[in-house]
Amino acid sequence: MANSARVTGIGRVLIVVYGFLALAATGRSAVQILTKFDEAPLAYSLSALAAVVYIVATVALVAPGRSAASHTAWYRVAWGTITFELLGVIVIGVLSLADPELFPHDTVWSVFGRGYVFVPLILPVLGMVWLAKHRPRSTSPAAASAAQRTA
Amino acid sequence: MIEWFTTAQIAIAVAAGLLCLVLGFAGRKPNDLSMGAAALVEVLLVAQLVTAIVAPIFGNLPTGNVAEFYAYLISAVIVPPLAAFWALVERTRWSTVILGVACLAIAVMLYRMHIIWNVQLT
Repeated sequence: MANSARVTGIGRVLIVVYGFLALAATGRSAVQILTKFDEAPLAYSLSALAAVVYIVATVALVAPGRSAASHTAWYRVAWGTITFELLGVIVIGVLSLADPELFPHDTVWSVFGRGYVFVPLILPVLGMVWLAKHRPRSTSPAAASAAQRTA
Repeated sequence: MIEWFTTAQIAIAVAAGLLCLVLGFAGRKPNDLSMGAAALVEVLLVAQLVTAIVAPIFGNLPTGNVAEFYAYLISAVIVPPLAAFWALVERTRWSTVILGVACLAIAVMLYRMHIIWNVQLT
């Protein structure tokens, strides 16, 4: 029991960091789009897309799912969004270095997330490690607690 | 925004964040020290909010976007109570780590606020 509580704890730290990134990316892209969208429509649209994906990823990590089916569904959503983030930060990171003209204005993912202390690059990897260790099974802590709640 | 006050505030937020991270990774549950550090960061944020409201009256005007500045400041003010609430609900070492992450995030937000207020180039 102590062990499962500890795992929940680490997962929560991950969720909190995701929450901060979602908040930061959403706030920044909202300001960029509202005040200077014409300057760099591509970069700012991408920032907004990234922000939405971070929000979905955060929700997917938080939403435990009361049934095994919804737990599996959210688990897949979490994998999908986190994979998208990792691809995004790598592809945009490489492009922004190879051809700076393409992204004259910063996005969350420019230069591998330098503007966010490389958190966008590190976080998906940590997220994947965490997800890989917490597959939805009837024996997993999350599923067990979900079962307790419905019982 | 008063520059020396903001600089001191960022230093305290970083120190409080590192302290909570160290305590958390050392296995300490949230205690008076870690909660007190987060509380100090919160008190300074409220002081910063008051300063930001009053400063323009004395001719200390933001050089950047005011709405963006307040978006950061108000978000920052909300963060420590949320982290502290979590620390009271789930009393594990990871709640102490969360307090630390929150304080460090606030340091970054304060830095961004400083950029918006003092050194906006566009």
